[in-house]
Amino acid sequence: MKNRFLAATAGLALVAGAAAAEEVRVYNWSDYIDDSLLTKFEEETGLDLIYDVFDSNEVLETKMLAGGSGYDVVVPSGTFLQRQITAGAFQKLDKSKLPNIENMWDVIEERTAKYDPDNAYSINYMWGTTGIGVNVGKVKEALGDGAPIGSLALIFDPANMEKLAECGVHFLDAPVEMIPAALKYIGEDPDSHDPDVIAKAEDVLMGVRPYVQKFHSSEYINALANGDICVAFGWSGDILQARDRAIEADNGVEIAYNAPSEGALMWFDQMAIPVDAPNPEGAHVFLNFIMDAQNIATASNYVYYANGNKASQPMLVEDVIGDPAVYPDEETLKNLYTTTPYEAKVQRVVTRLWTKIKSGT
Amino acid sequence: MRRFLLIFTPYVWLLALFLVPFLIVLKISLSDTALAIPPYLPVIEWSEGWQGFKDFLSQLDFENFTWLSQDDLYWKAYLSSLKIAALSTLLTLLVGYPIAYGMAQAPDEWRPTLMMLVILPFWTSFLIRVYSWMGILGNEGLLNQFLLWTGVISEPLHIMNTPTAVYIGIVYTYLPFMILPIYAALEKLDSSLLEAAEDLGCSRLSAFWLVTIPLSKNGIIAGSFLVFIPALGEFVIPSLLGGSGTLMIGKVLWEEFFSNRDWPVASAVAVVLLLILIIPIILFQRNEQKAREADQ
Repeated sequence: MKNRFLAATAGLALVAGAAAAEEVRVYNWSDYIDDSLLTKFEEETGLDLIYDVFDSNEVLETKMLAGGSGYDVVVPSGTFLQRQITAGAFQKLDKSKLPNIENMWDVIEERTAKYDPDNAYSINYMWGTTGIGVNVGKVKEALGDGAPIGSLALIFDPANMEKLAECGVHFLDAPVEMIPAALKYIGEDPDSHDPDVIAKAEDVLMGVRPYVQKFHSSEYINALANGDICVAFGWSGDILQARDRAIEADNGVEIAYNAPSEGALMWFDQMAIPVDAPNPEGAHVFLNFIMDAQNIATASNYVYYANGNKASQPMLVEDVIGDPAVYPDEETLKNLYTTTPYEAKVQRVVTRLWTKIKSGT
Repeated sequence: MRRFLLIFTPYVWLLALFLVPFLIVLKISLSDTALAIPPYLPVIEWSEGWQGFKDFLSQLDFENFTWLSQDDLYWKAYLSSLKIAALSTLLTLLVGYPIAYGMAQAPDEWRPTLMMLVILPFWTSFLIRVYSWMGILGNEGLLNQFLLWTGVISEPLHIMNTPTAVYIGIVYTYLPFMILPIYAALEKLDSSLLEAAEDLGCSRLSAFWLVTIPLSKNGIIAGSFLVFIPALGEFVIPSLLGGSGTLMIGKVLWEEFFSNRDWPVASAVAVVLLLILIIPIILFQRNEQKAREADQ
């Protein structure tokens, strides 16, 4: 009886202790970290970590622009970050509290400075390309051994898509990814903000739209891994995670990722601190923790995305650092392009086009 | 004084939870989108007092409503939502009425248990129940596996990501809202009225049509409103069960809000949706009132 009483009070004390600890609230993409890092952060810093996830930049942006999100660290992609900085959504980083910032990789910092001048508001978390994931066996079955698995023709040529429709194709539900790719396929400037040029992407996408099973930005990881679909146009690391899950499940599914030979979109996910973050102090502690070479290496080894941390490279497993799908070689790097945020009027054209493509109206 | 309080309370409720939010939405619908926090302009400058308020008013306009009338997307979405909501309400009524009738006819001691069974699904999260329909209706789902196993079909049925799946989801989710008011109306029904009708030469079927249905009319109407109104703005069910071709106004609103970051247009869509809902309800109540006056 006495023991039970003791246990109960101990439990209460624990609850009280937890409530008293400081909280850091992080809002990151889904399937984007090794969970062991979350516990490690709490153990090392004594801070309580509240970790929520999202799967679209649009949802994050709405929370940022509404204000009062309650998060201390958020992870928008480059173009979204740039727009939100203009809207005044973020606070400048106090780099004196970020000693690990010296670990960062200048090659990536140069590129992210395009979105965030001097990298004053953000640090790079991961970067990658948008490309084509295929179930090698099923695609060869549908299209023969010469299937163009590394080319945009695989997903934008209706003749190919018609044959692939039977085994299932997913596209990202993100016009800012799909429209540049469609423009690249027909040889236009993927970063065009001209509504007349953007309209040309409509013809390409409408032509293959009937063969797309679903527009979704996260379901394809599992769908590829368990063989429900045979092609996904998605983010590099997500497709490599699918490859890994299939190997683990030992279900005979072989997944491959290719950045399209015509050119692939290169994107950067940046960690930033909202202007109204309840605990900016804790947010800096979290950013510094993430920039620790060993920690970010653990994350990259788990999610198969390249990071912007030079010091972490010796700790990356060969599967990650040695895979040109993750860390592209010089040749591929030249073939990558970036985009800039659309103005409000162009954004409306893009969203309207996207609704039309998805719903046929 | 007590009477005043009694009337006053629901009005405060209405004011705080309906009118004030509505005015905020209306205000945003008259603004212009901007890259700021919050993402629209103008914002009232309280510091400048009355002048600030007047400046604010002068910047409002109906541009967003004009915009809605120019793109056929919005009308198509409203019409398609109306169709889906109306058809689901009808289906829910067809399924719900017999259940409510059966409950009202059941022996007294069964009724609390039956009532409990109707309410029981609410104990599980709505989202989980919709997700389980994804597991049932999918190509490799339980339903297809069962039908293939029994040999009723040889090819799996494609139900997931079609309008059929949306109807199934809405009817399933809102069924209790239809059953409960109808049951409440039927339970109060005086069975001696039915006996009287039969004594006067009515068959059981015509007694049902001439006595039971009219007396449960209020329950049917209440149930239909409870299903129709939320179904019209439904977002979760069509986005989880429907395909990209299922156009509903809830989805359009979401796109305006999240993808375009255009809160003013999103608010204008919401204001029009509210008008679509409120006008028939007001007309209906007028009609009812006239009928009541005519009775007297």
